[in-house]
Amino acid sequence: MPTTVGLVAPGHVPDERLSAAETELRTCHQCGTCSGICPMVEYMDYSPRALNDLQLSGHYEEAMRSKAIWVCTSCYACTLNCPKQIPVTDVIYGLKRAALQAGVYPRRFTIPVMAKEFIHFVGRRGRSSESWLSVQLYLRTRPMELVRHMPLGWRLMKAGRMRLRRERVRQPEQIQRMLKMLATPPGERP
Amino acid sequence: MRYSYFPGCGAEGTGRPYEESLLAVFETLGSGLDVLDDWNCCGATAYPSINLDQAAALSSRNLALAEAAHPGPGPVDVVAPCAGCYRALVRTQKTMADGGKTAKRVRNALGSLGLSYEGHARARHPLDLLVNDIGLERIAAAVVRPLRGLRVACYYGCLLVRPYALFDDSREPTSMERLFRALGAETVDWPLRTRCCGGSCYCGGALLGALPEATLELSHELLKDAKQRGANVVVTTCPLCQFNLEGFQGQMARTFGGSHELTVGFFTQLLGVALGIEPRKLGIQRMLQWELPDLAQAGPRAEAKERAGATA
Repeated sequence: MPTTVGLVAPGHVPDERLSAAETELRTCHQCGTCSGICPMVEYMDYSPRALNDLQLSGHYEEAMRSKAIWVCTSCYACTLNCPKQIPVTDVIYGLKRAALQAGVYPRRFTIPVMAKEFIHFVGRRGRSSESWLSVQLYLRTRPMELVRHMPLGWRLMKAGRMRLRRERVRQPEQIQRMLKMLATPPGERP
Repeated sequence: MRYSYFPGCGAEGTGRPYEESLLAVFETLGSGLDVLDDWNCCGATAYPSINLDQAAALSSRNLALAEAAHPGPGPVDVVAPCAGCYRALVRTQKTMADGGKTAKRVRNALGSLGLSYEGHARARHPLDLLVNDIGLERIAAAVVRPLRGLRVACYYGCLLVRPYALFDDSREPTSMERLFRALGAETVDWPLRTRCCGGSCYCGGALLGALPEATLELSHELLKDAKQRGANVVVTTCPLCQFNLEGFQGQMARTFGGSHELTVGFFTQLLGVALGIEPRKLGIQRMLQWELPDLAQAGPRAEAKERAGATA
């Protein structure tokens, strides 16, 4: 549901949890260019402009819990077009990280589940396997969709464009060790 | 000139014809691609939503492997055909060059694997190599079947030119148009060519399940507009865009009415057709829909071939 949030005087950043990219939000004029250019805006509960405003007005948690941040496809149209050069897409990435860390993402919504699954898969094996992942995700979030897409899957399989083999690097434990060294310590913001 | 080739996870699946046509085209043009041994996932667009250090580490390992495989001074070009991989690698290059906290931590983690990334390895997109390194003149001279009569809609999508515009303009890219005009085709004036296809590019694959109505609508708008502008083929630079635009044409027609049938291929496939490479080597048989007007053989290389055939 689109929400209008009152404008806040520029420079007012009440939440110390804002990351480096997010501090650039201070210069946001609320012109709405980001929302105007966003190809996904009609599918968002808060527009990119409203997300910026929520953060500037101290409603960080609301922004973090929004569905909008997961609808963002990170196409960077907003970042390219922002007249104040605010890295809006990276700010949204910051919200995603905070949401996953806090575990407040929408549970039945495919995208955050997909991000988590993908990361789990790549973190263990070093490579992703698109067919395997797609099937897993459909099973987890919308099993009926899997049935609906079976004819397409079959066509792809016949064309040699779908492999159910799970790929991996030669020594996945190396990747695991590297990622473990860089894992976010508990209680810290990723 | 040989390049280090980073296939990316999409090359194993829906993007297989992309890999096949890319390798065939580079071989024909006399530039070799050596697969980067033991490459790993680039981190895609999903890893930055968990942890920036880990995202950078994944891409850095690939760049470090490329440096280890091509030691010596001078840059090592890592060719990443998937626009998503390309962007992830470029992002990491920048992060590592900035030398901030992430760069320090990633260097440390790479060191524990006995690897290091010094900044010599750099991601390049094959479109960049073709247009700027190999050059349009050399490519035009190798044409066997000019794409005369074809009206090509060149789709860049979001990832190739945003937010980093290393070889083309972010708003008005022209590399692909210049390439296909050099091959004899007409190109369609298409403002939507950098608009997102709606695919959430999380693992370079068939993941329309995320928000089907949105993906379908964005893809539908792209195809409808390309058709209205008279395109008879769309070429892409990303396995996910290609799949979104090709795989769901029937579903688009059922949802929005009208016909959405349009050949959507990888830009390397159509380039391969112009170079006279046989369709099987370009993975054409793997496409769900592929229909082009007949193209006559012409041009200096075709004439030379014909002469050779006549004397044989």
